[in-house]
Order: sequence, then C-alpha cells, then structure tokens
Amino acid sequence: MAKIELKNVTKSYGAVEVIKGIDLDIKKGEFMVFVGPSGCGKSTLLRLISGLEEITTGDMLFDDQRVNNLVPSDRGIAMVFQSYALYPHMKVYDNMAFGMKLAKQDKAAIDKRVRDAARMLQIEHLLDRLPRQLSGGQRQRVAIGRAIVRDPRVFLFDEPLSNLDAALRVATRLEIAKLHETMSDVTMIYVTHDQVEAMTLADRIAVLRDGRLEQLGTPAELYESPNSVFVAGFIGSPKMNFLKGKFAEDKGCATLGARPEHIDIVPEGTGDWSGEVVHAEDLGSDNYLFVEIGADEPLIVRQPGKLAIPQGSKVSLQPQPQHLHRFGADDRPLR
Amino acid sequence: MTDQTLGRASGPSLKQRRQRAAFWFLAPMLIALFFVAAWPLLRTIWFSFTDATLSNLYDAEWIGFDNYLQTRELSSGRVVYRGTLVDPAWWNAVWNTVRFSFVSVFFETIFGLIVALVMNAEFKGRSLVRAAILIPWAIPTIVSAKMWSWMLNDQFGILNDILLNLGLISHRIAWTATPETAMTAVLIVDIWKTTPFMALLILAGLQMVPRDIYEAARIDGIHPVKVFFRVTLPLIKPAVMVAVIFRMLDALRIFDLVYVLTPNSAATKTMSVISRENMIDFDKFAYGAAQSTLLFAIIAVFVSLYIWLGRVDLGGERR
Repeated sequence: MAKIELKNVTKSYGAVEVIKGIDLDIKKGEFMVFVGPSGCGKSTLLRLISGLEEITTGDMLFDDQRVNNLVPSDRGIAMVFQSYALYPHMKVYDNMAFGMKLAKQDKAAIDKRVRDAARMLQIEHLLDRLPRQLSGGQRQRVAIGRAIVRDPRVFLFDEPLSNLDAALRVATRLEIAKLHETMSDVTMIYVTHDQVEAMTLADRIAVLRDGRLEQLGTPAELYESPNSVFVAGFIGSPKMNFLKGKFAEDKGCATLGARPEHIDIVPEGTGDWSGEVVHAEDLGSDNYLFVEIGADEPLIVRQPGKLAIPQGSKVSLQPQPQHLHRFGADDRPLR
Repeated sequence: MTDQTLGRASGPSLKQRRQRAAFWFLAPMLIALFFVAAWPLLRTIWFSFTDATLSNLYDAEWIGFDNYLQTRELSSGRVVYRGTLVDPAWWNAVWNTVRFSFVSVFFETIFGLIVALVMNAEFKGRSLVRAAILIPWAIPTIVSAKMWSWMLNDQFGILNDILLNLGLISHRIAWTATPETAMTAVLIVDIWKTTPFMALLILAGLQMVPRDIYEAARIDGIHPVKVFFRVTLPLIKPAVMVAVIFRMLDALRIFDLVYVLTPNSAATKTMSVISRENMIDFDKFAYGAAQSTLLFAIIAVFVSLYIWLGRVDLGGERR
C-alpha cells in the first residue's frame, strides 16, 4: 500500500560505510527483491527500511512522508526473519496475536485476524502448538502469518527461505508468490542471495554490490541486458561464461560474455570455438558440458534433452550472435 | 554356524557394553560421593540417635529420639519436655536462617537480574566489567567478612563515617554488635558477595535468548518493559529457578559469614552455627548431630517444595 523512496541513503558503523548512497523508488504494490553476494549490504538496507537500524544520512519516505525517525512499529511494516524469530514460549496463536493483544485491541477482532491468516497459510491445525513442535517450513509459515496479522503497508522478507531444505524452499517460494497475488496492494521487499528466488519472485530486482546499487530492473532486463560484468555473472544459472584475450578481441571487446544456453554445438569445423569435453553433467532435462577451448576456464554449454556426447570428444561450438554480451575494459557493456 | 553360536561369539550386546562402560566411568565419582557425602550424612544421622560426646565418640550408646524430643514425668506429675525440638535457641536459629535465606536470595535475585541485564547489553569495556563484577564472589568469605567488619566497625568504620558526614545518622552505630542491626549487616555483606554469582548464572540464561525475537518485538511495537516481562522473563525462568535453588541451598546452610562477622549474636545465629556450637563448644556432639540432621531435613523440604511449585526442569528434558 505504500510507495517507498530512498534518497541518497547511507549507513555507517563507526568509520565503516556499508551503504554508500542509494537512490531507489519502490512502487506501490511492487515485489522488489534485493539481491547480491554476502556483505553487499542488502540485509542492512532492508533493516534501514524496517527501522531496526537508523539511517546515517539521506532520506527515506513512505508515501511521501519522511520516516527516518519513526520506530519500526509506526512505519506500518511487517518482517519475516531468516531464523523465523518466533517467541519460543508462546503457542502459534499467541505468537501471531501478541502484538495486537498488547496493543489492547478487541479480542474478537484479534481472533478473526489470526484465524484468517492461519486459514490463508493452512496452519489452522497448528495454532495450539509451540514453535519447537513445528518443522522449519511450518515455523516459517507461522512467521509469515504473524506478519500478515499486522496488516502491514510493507512486507519485508529477510532471506526467509535460507534455513529450509531444497524441496520446501520451492514450495514456500510458491506460497510467497501466491501471497503477493492475494495481497496485491501490499509492497513487498525481499532480500536473498539466491538469484533463482530473485528471478522467480520479483517484479523488479535491485542488484547490490559493496553498498551500492549496481543495477535495477525487471528480471528479464537483468538477464538480457546486464549493465556490468558483475550483474551478468550474478544473474543466470549456470553462470555466464566470460572470455578474455583473443576470444574477446575477435569480437572487439575486453570481456566477452556468453550464457551456457546460448552456445550451440555445430558440425565439426564450422564453429567459432572448438575443444574437448572435459566433464559432463546430466541433469535429466539438461546437459551441462564443460568444454576446454583454451580459455582461462572450461566453457559451460547447456544443451536441452538427452545428448550422448562422451567425455573426451571434440566439439565445435557457435555462440548465438544476438545473445553475446560484449563488455569494455571498464566492465561496462559496449552497445 | 547357527544363530546361537553367533550370538555367543559376539559376547554382550552393544547396549550392555555401553551400560557397563558408563558404570565404570561413573564408579570413581560414586565412590568419592559415598565417602564425602553419603557416609558423613549417615554417620551424622546415626550420631543424632546416640549420646555421643566429643570425648566419647566411639562408645556412644543408642538413645533413640531423646536428642530430638524427650518427655519425662516428674514425681509431682508434671511432664517435662526436653530435646532440640523444644529448644527455643534452636527455633530462634531456624527462624534466623529462614529469614536470612529468603531476604538475601530475594535481593540477590533482583540485583543479579539487573546486573545480568546490564552485562548482557553491548557497551565499551563490557568484558572488563564482567570480570570486575566477579571480584566480591572470588574473595574468600573469611576475608570479605573481616573486611566488612572493619568497614562496619562502630569506632573506626568507614560506613559510620560516611553516614555521619551525610547527616543520615546522628550517632555511630555498632552494626554487627547491636541485635537490631546485626542481621542487616550480615544480609548486606551476603548480598554484596553473592549477587555476582547470581548475575553470572542469569547472564548465561540471557545469552541463550535469541536476539532476533527482540527485533520481532520491536516490529510488533511492544514496549521494552512489556518485552522484559512477557518475553525475556519467561525465557530465562529456568535459569533463574536453578540459580535460586543453588543460592537457597547455600543460604540455608550459611555458616562462615555469620561466624566471623557477628560471633555469638543470638540475632544472627543460624542452624549451622548453633549445631557447631553444640557439637564443639558445648561438647554435646549428639545434640548437635540431631540439629544437623534437622537442618538437612529442612533444606530437603524447601528444595523439594520449590522444585514442585516451580516445576523446575533440572533434567533439561523439556528443552
């Protein structure tokens, strides 16, 4: 329900500046994902928005109202923590109702809100249990439920899936996506280091690096036209291949990027590059070939379906020219 | 090879072997405990049913419950009761001990909690403060009792000097000698001495509380005071309960501080002090043993009551 503006926001701990001036507009009802490697400042940025940490300089506005000095509970936010942060001695129901109860709200209203949220997340049968009696996935759903009960303007997620196993991560990711559909006017900000979560959930992604905003855009924009080598390498799995030296010079750039899915295997002698298959990974739906073409690292080639290319065979490779990424010496793309 | 011979060849099962190993690991401790705890306790209980004196320990004769309660009908027809259960000096000591224990443990818990909360916060020089705060506890009781007895001294004590200069008292008070203030003096020293211990045990409990739930509470907009009572306190309750039991056990058998600070004052004489007095000073060894036995029983009752009331989970199974 809120549009959020960050104006040249910085954050320092003593002499160490962890957020180095970020300008960012988050639209009302948008699902914004902050992504980046560990230590890039994405969690700090989320904590600045939540009010758990104070901004050192700059301004933050929620719906054009300056919130720099508002405490978290007055900002109309709810937060889901990586570690769930449930009160261990309270039953699920009390965990969800605690804030409202202490705010002296009407009992029937509290009950309705808690039960509605529980129904939405299918945790009604867990309301009488203690957190320690729940599985990780259930705990995270309770944490999300507690956030829903707060009826926030802004929903903050701090790496909510990191403590879950792979299967649960996919399932919970889906539920968060559904939650965004049902609560379409609530702004959601989601922090992750996992680019798959970022790509699947986000309306827009903010890639952070060293406390600065590296690139802001839709998942497709980041995938198709990354505006630095860093973003190109961070978005996409498996990672984009980067070629330097003569491979790059041939295409007139300092660094040449080619995604594994954009390299074709062509008949012997017709491709730009050729080499020996040194390793192959069969994922069932895809094959990843690691081809030694004389670059710094083996080139990863992704081929759909079953592909019987034995290790050690010679292949000829041709990148799809419309999907090549050419970067200059400053790591910025050449257009 | 049949199953039977296979079973015999492998000897005792894994479980049996583990139990046997556990027993051997425990054996030294069990033996030590028997000699330093069980045997003296049983001997004391036995002595309490005899007429033993210090000079005649080994030829003591069994006299039943006479040390506890003895009735004799005089020729006039009057019935006279004797024994520790009708000894006003004993009941005075019981009252002193219980009063001392409750008051001291109460204040130690409150102060310990406050100190622990402060030490749990982040501030510069925290580790130094944590070390410094243990000093009162690390000083031997005899030394701190002597130290305090000088500070509390009516003629030369610094405490009287300060209070006089501040105009809080009009004349010097003999803190340890006056019956009205003797118990207060003992309490002050004991609280000063053992608050650090309490604080340390509670601090250990506080550090188990995950930090992020405080952030969740901030987002929920819950007042810090309410967070303390509704979140922190319930979560550190087990640690506090254990700390209180430890201190209660300690306080109910207090001896050294009272013995050094206020010797021979009826206002502070505790169960331990009076039983030692009977055993050694008055050569009524069996009588003192009976009082020691009662002391043991009273402590056992208090602790079981406390565990039962507080449902303390000493085994840690609920965690």
